Amino acid sequence: MEKLISKYFVTGKTFGMDEYLADGGYEAARKAFEGFDPKGLIEEVKKSNLRGLGGAGFPAGMKWSFIPQNTGKPVYLVVNADEGEPGTFKDKYILNHVPHLLIEGMIIAAYANQVHKAYVYIRGEYVGPHRTLVRAVEEAYAKGFLGKDIFGKGYALDIVVHRGAGAYICGEETGLLESLEGKKGFPRLKPPFPAVVGLFNCPTVINNVETLSYLRFILERGADWFSKLGSEKNGGMRLFSVSGHVKKPGVYELPLGIPLKDIIYDHADGIRDDRKLKAVVPGGLSAAILTPDEIEVGMDFDQLRAKKTMAGSAGVIVMDETTCMLKALLVTMRFYAHESCGQCSPCREGTSWVYRILKRISKGRGRSQDIKNLLDICSFMGGTTICALADGAAMPLRSYPEKFKEEFEHHIQNGKCDSPDCPIAEDLVTA
Amino acid sequence: MIETVFKPEIKKQAEAIMARYETKRASILEILRLVQESCGYVSTEAEEAVAELLEIPAIDVHEVVTFYTLFYRKPKCKTRLNVCRTLTCALAGGDRILDHLEKKHGLRPGEAREDGSVSLQTVECLGACEIAPMMQLNDSEYIGPLTPEKIDQVLERK
Ligand SMILES: Cc1cc2nc3c(=O)[nH]c(=O)nc-3n(C[C@H](O)[C@H](O)[C@H](O)COP(=O)(O)O)c2cc1C
Ligand code: SF4
Ligand code: FES
Repeated sequence: MEKLISKYFVTGKTFGMDEYLADGGYEAARKAFEGFDPKGLIEEVKKSNLRGLGGAGFPAGMKWSFIPQNTGKPVYLVVNADEGEPGTFKDKYILNHVPHLLIEGMIIAAYANQVHKAYVYIRGEYVGPHRTLVRAVEEAYAKGFLGKDIFGKGYALDIVVHRGAGAYICGEETGLLESLEGKKGFPRLKPPFPAVVGLFNCPTVINNVETLSYLRFILERGADWFSKLGSEKNGGMRLFSVSGHVKKPGVYELPLGIPLKDIIYDHADGIRDDRKLKAVVPGGLSAAILTPDEIEVGMDFDQLRAKKTMAGSAGVIVMDETTCMLKALLVTMRFYAHESCGQCSPCREGTSWVYRILKRISKGRGRSQDIKNLLDICSFMGGTTICALADGAAMPLRSYPEKFKEEFEHHIQNGKCDSPDCPIAEDLVTA
Repeated sequence: MIETVFKPEIKKQAEAIMARYETKRASILEILRLVQESCGYVSTEAEEAVAELLEIPAIDVHEVVTFYTLFYRKPKCKTRLNVCRTLTCALAGGDRILDHLEKKHGLRPGEAREDGSVSLQTVECLGACEIAPMMQLNDSEYIGPLTPEKIDQVLERK
């Protein structure tokens, strides 16, 4: 299968400016200026059915069309390189191996939205990727691809690379904007949406690293070609981060809509030690888990939503038969209890309450009403909060006890784990 | 006081950073990093100096410093292990690594050796699940898949 972004993922190698140019780099950005006016470019991206690949899957071209151009204020472009959704590690590969692909995409997106200043918000722990990106930005300035007069077209664009400082919530787009303005990463109430009131109260386009990195290919080979690579309304390919109990964890670039089963068994080479599959997280930790009889599902935003889960960030976490579902959920909910920013009480109280219940069950002190209580908490947590973190916690939380009811009941009744070989410690060291 | 934290050379770097942003305040995370790199950690005195530099209340700086996990509020240890505890790392046996750190090296999450040589923290997913179980060493290098032997080697490296 043809690779687009991932053909550059050569172990130990970064494509610097010269090599990137030798491979046709920056031609697409030039073409954007020469072949399109901004409106036409937005139409082209709409036609490509490029979806937002950071998690929400919002059509990229449509998001751009919401940007008001008549406010008298500058428009900003903000790149989300916070990559915090557990199970996701693909943006790191782009930043490490081919940062110019992102910069080229930023130039295209900037022109389409008439942006002259762009920020990349990169997670603070990504020390190597940050260094690589900063070097690439310097190279692009030196070539005149950034700065006052890019490609000699009389268009100005500056890029500032900005590091986060360790907070999952800063991946949420309005938490990110707050953080970028120098505050705590508390998400903002929406509406107004960032497209209208974003960074420094100005209209702002926010896109994920990977979303922008596909723009070069859309410009090179056309929106129709890109759209047809994927499934209905889900254009192109995306980078699946596959981890957990598979033989070959890694990043796999595959068309949207590919069956989950193919990803696990053909690309990641199946389950370690040829054990049986037990459950899969299909789209980052915040997605509902799927069971082995559900893995024929096509991996795009719409088909996964129909299965009451989500495509999210395409972080696929595979669990084999040795896994205790209660402990897997406990580890999952520990994450949300730790990362909730605390602004909304259903989220703040709900996540830590759930975590306490699960911890108690894992210590052998479960009660018969616990499962019902967990599901009740789920219902008040989701949909009532400022940001989607709470929904992202509620979704897995509901799916585990629903899909593995007997195992949960058994755990509660017996006061101990049914899975003697479970890799997660009996007495969670860090619980 | 601002002069003790922002010595002339550091001040110059700080000004270059601030110039990139629309507001002074927007540069705070990068400024705090600069301070942490030059002073080792962000003391209360440093918070006040940053507040003066950015012309914002000291309490605002303090709130930012405590909100984010990558700032040290005390001198940091020479060797710092940040071991990931999120789902993929847990599925790959991350707890066994923590167990080994405690039993063989006497290190428990959230604690440091009294001599200030080594500290251990658990952290959430670092975006490196393909090498689970993994850790970040000294806030830079990613190491994984971890085994008890690899841990021993890292602690012997010094
Ligand atoms: C709690 C939370 C965390 C998020 N973390 C990230 C992240 O780390 N990276 C990312 O690109 N999007 C993340 N998102 C999604 C962003 O809010 C936003 O939808 C995305 O950056 C938009 O870009 P896209 O349309 O190109 O996907 C997160 C959302 C939520 C609710
Ligand atoms: S839902 Fe949770 S993380 Fe989001 S704003 Fe509310 S408290 Fe913060
Ligand atoms: S779960 Fe440990 S790096 Fe992702």
